[in-house]
Amino acid sequence: MVNWIWMGMIVFSVLFGAANGKMEQVAEAAFGGAQTGVTVCLGLISILVFWMGLMRIAEVAGLVSKLSRLLAPIVRRLFPDVPSEHPAMGYILSNMSANLLGLGNAATPMGIKAMQELQKLNPHPTVATPAMCTLLALNTASITLVPTTMIAIRMNFGSVHPADIVAPTLLATLISTGAAVIIDRWYRRRNKFPPTSTIIQKDGAAPPTTLYKPPAPAGGG
Amino acid sequence: MISWIQVVSTWTIPVLIAFIPLYASLRKVPVYETFIDGAKDGFQTAIGIIPHLVGMMTAIGMFRASGAMDAIVGLIKPLLEGVGIPGDVLPLALLRPITGAGSLAFVTDLIKEQGPDSFVARIASTIQGSTDTTLYVLTVYFGAVGIRNSRYALKVGLLSDFIGFFAAVAACWLMFGLV
Repeated sequence: MVNWIWMGMIVFSVLFGAANGKMEQVAEAAFGGAQTGVTVCLGLISILVFWMGLMRIAEVAGLVSKLSRLLAPIVRRLFPDVPSEHPAMGYILSNMSANLLGLGNAATPMGIKAMQELQKLNPHPTVATPAMCTLLALNTASITLVPTTMIAIRMNFGSVHPADIVAPTLLATLISTGAAVIIDRWYRRRNKFPPTSTIIQKDGAAPPTTLYKPPAPAGGG
Repeated sequence: MISWIQVVSTWTIPVLIAFIPLYASLRKVPVYETFIDGAKDGFQTAIGIIPHLVGMMTAIGMFRASGAMDAIVGLIKPLLEGVGIPGDVLPLALLRPITGAGSLAFVTDLIKEQGPDSFVARIASTIQGSTDTTLYVLTVYFGAVGIRNSRYALKVGLLSDFIGFFAAVAACWLMFGLV
């Protein structure tokens, strides 16, 4: 799909430019765009280097697993089909915590591990289970605490307050994630075919929300 | 409300920058060495984006220079501006779920053309920063385990992107539009 969009934009630009007599500008823009691309990336180095260094500290200090424990009570409710002791739950929690901290590079492998574990609960290996769809919905909406890349680009172009998009971004990301959860629930109820349940009853795993007692959120461990 | 939002924007980053090393030090993590170790990855990431951004910036630059962008935006503008959405961000709503590099290039182009502190550029930055590339995530996550029937997952992703778009516009109105 990206291939078609990219090719389409370039070819259409040349045709449209030809019809408008703007060939010269189009040719100029091709190289100008390439130059901007490089300049912007070089400008990104400073912030990405700093931020990823900082986030490595967060990771090593165990903030990801700490956050996982805080998120557990909420996340269990989002995945009623996954037994709470199943390894998938651990990976789902790590994936969401890493996302929240903006650790994209750590979030993806965790998410894939979670998918692989969910696949073990899947009666139809080529069809997505509801739990998989929920995990995907959470990852496409991806709650963002600090939009590092955008701050860096705004800084490069001389913004007065590069970071003033933090609050609107947080608000927007919360709303779209909330929407993703609700829409996902709605479709889950509506789609009863193929089988939506992946509950494994043989371990006596009743709906985890009733068994699970949330730990005291702060100061523990 | 407005000042509260501004406080969040101003404080989030400095507080994180101070809190993370402090917390790690208390946990006996060698913070400086760890920082350097992670920072190396940041360099790789920034360099790794170059080919993507060059490819997309070229296409978007050409698209704008040919007059095609203005023609398309001009068509839809009257519809959107009635509800307070600048027409210039519309292509972003279409690009964002499909290509991360493409939408990043579009936002960069918009920031360059209209200035980073313009209302349009702020909305675009918010949209770009607040969500992930739905199609990419779907391909990677489901592809990794061989799911071919994604059922309603794509619809959920695209619908929440759609709502996220309006949420970003509304959030920017709330913060920047009224002052």
